[in-house]
Amino acid sequence: MTSAAVRAETRAQPIVRRKRRRPARLVLHVFLFVTALIWLVPIGWALFTSFRSYTDTAIHGYVSIPHGLTLDNYRTAWDQADLPHYFLNSMIIAIPAIFFILLFASSVAFVVSRLSYWFNVPMLIFFTAANLLPPQIVLTPLYHIYLRIPLPTWLSDSGLVYDSYIGLIAINVAFQTGFCTFVLSNYMKTIPKSLNEAARVDGASIARQYLGVVLPLCRPALAALAVLQFTWIYNDFLWAIVLMKSGSKMPITSALNSLQGLYFTNTNLIAAAALLVVIPTLVVFALLQRHFVSGLTLGASKG
Amino acid sequence: MRKVAAETAVAGRADGARPRHRAVRLSLRDRVTVGVMVGVPLLVVAGLIWLPTALSIGLSFTNWDGIGALGHIPSTWVGGLNYHQIATIYPPFWPALRHNLYWLAFLTLVATPFGMFLAYLLDKDLRGTRIYQSVFFLPVVLSLAIVGFIWQLIYSPTQGLLNNLFEDPQHNHLIDFLGNPKINLWAILVAVGWRHAGYIMVLYLAGLKSVDPSLREAAAIDGASEWHAFRTVVFPAMKPINIVVAVVTVIEALRAFDIVYIINNGRNGLELLSVLVTDNIIGEASRVGYGSAIAVILLTVSLVPISIFLWTRFRAEEASA
Repeated sequence: MTSAAVRAETRAQPIVRRKRRRPARLVLHVFLFVTALIWLVPIGWALFTSFRSYTDTAIHGYVSIPHGLTLDNYRTAWDQADLPHYFLNSMIIAIPAIFFILLFASSVAFVVSRLSYWFNVPMLIFFTAANLLPPQIVLTPLYHIYLRIPLPTWLSDSGLVYDSYIGLIAINVAFQTGFCTFVLSNYMKTIPKSLNEAARVDGASIARQYLGVVLPLCRPALAALAVLQFTWIYNDFLWAIVLMKSGSKMPITSALNSLQGLYFTNTNLIAAAALLVVIPTLVVFALLQRHFVSGLTLGASKG
Repeated sequence: MRKVAAETAVAGRADGARPRHRAVRLSLRDRVTVGVMVGVPLLVVAGLIWLPTALSIGLSFTNWDGIGALGHIPSTWVGGLNYHQIATIYPPFWPALRHNLYWLAFLTLVATPFGMFLAYLLDKDLRGTRIYQSVFFLPVVLSLAIVGFIWQLIYSPTQGLLNNLFEDPQHNHLIDFLGNPKINLWAILVAVGWRHAGYIMVLYLAGLKSVDPSLREAAAIDGASEWHAFRTVVFPAMKPINIVVAVVTVIEALRAFDIVYIINNGRNGLELLSVLVTDNIIGEASRVGYGSAIAVILLTVSLVPISIFLWTRFRAEEASA
């Protein structure tokens, strides 16, 4: 908004504007404030419930003044359900997956945006469309393919791609590479080509132009995508439900399904478990919100 | 001929100069590098996404039992029988399709417009706008599985917030929000909307920021009302983001799975097409043909928003390439 234009406008009709604006602004603020409060209720309520002992809520009801707050629910959920183990599983899957997604996506994006081939646009569509498909369309054959590909037991204790970390990493990489390719190719188009030309005149190979010139300039986009992909892979539920069998190998989000009946037997425990599981994504929310949002909007608004 | 044109156009776009440099040929080593950079990702995505997609379509026309050797699959060809049976004698199909459509309708008519509305309000330079944005954005980082967990605390018949707040738990007026098949889908959709509206708000806010402010000022000086200015000036200027929002909304509605699966494995009023696909893979009465056919139906519906998105996104590039 250009301040000169605003000033000119207010000078032209100062009184009318003031009078018209004030009550409308107030209504707006009240509306936003109330909506924001309602928006916070589910998480606030989960927090409140998680700090109360089951006996307290059983005697006084859930909507009551708490008689003492406790961390017991967190302790029980953490120990009994062995949550640290599932956190580790999620990391074993998410970290290599993010590495390969960004490696693949940036190399395809580099070729598409820096070099001119007839297949540039078809290839971008090939990758982007793969990310837009409903995951269910690959699920049935993938399950049967995974069951039939052997892996050495030091890579997968099931001896198969099915029920292995590798299988989950692979499908996450395949599914998410398209989105990142799309975002990164748009981003790389904004980097002046003259940089590559100069590097080439200096005798730099394609590999050097990619690693030494373009990738360092993409750091903001790569950071944004890494944050976004971490959240998405961490939050993914479907792949492990179908492509894994052993509960002990499941990433945490998928493990919730079997844990809820076994260990999370009352509402207070469910609340504590849910809040423990969201900690990594809340860290993203609190510290990396800007990256997350820019990752989302890079995909949406550039083009 | 076309290649030459493409090269000049692409080279001319970013820095607007020197198309003749494009003519430089790559060395053998560079060509190998390019081949690896494109080839490996291509193989991964082709093998794990496009090949299974093609296989799903093929399997949907067979009654393969999922056990025998892969070579036997062609002999199990049954034509369109699976599709016919799904539509006629497979009880969960029509409810699942209906629920997906309700899902889509709710997101399109309620959650997405509400997210757009929030974005529009927060785009004004209000005091505290960043705090409001953070609050509405908070659910977006949660998985739908966790959203399901958190909302169980609100909906549970005896231990949930709503029943404890509005009913006396000792009496028999409890509302089983998640167990009653007449209302559970709508209860879930409220929880889904809680997350979806924030998602749309983030996308739309970025779009609003990119609209040239002078457009709006011009409309205001012309005396257009706010709603009129939005409808005739701002909204049309945001066509690219509107398409993204529409595509995101449809895709979210078709992909919905986690939240109903975590609540009750997608039964008893919460059937969805995605759940039926999963049931036919790992469920007790699994049928490869049925599962594949339902997935193909999902794919067919998804192709509408996917094509629109790809068409609008890449038409410009094709035109310039």
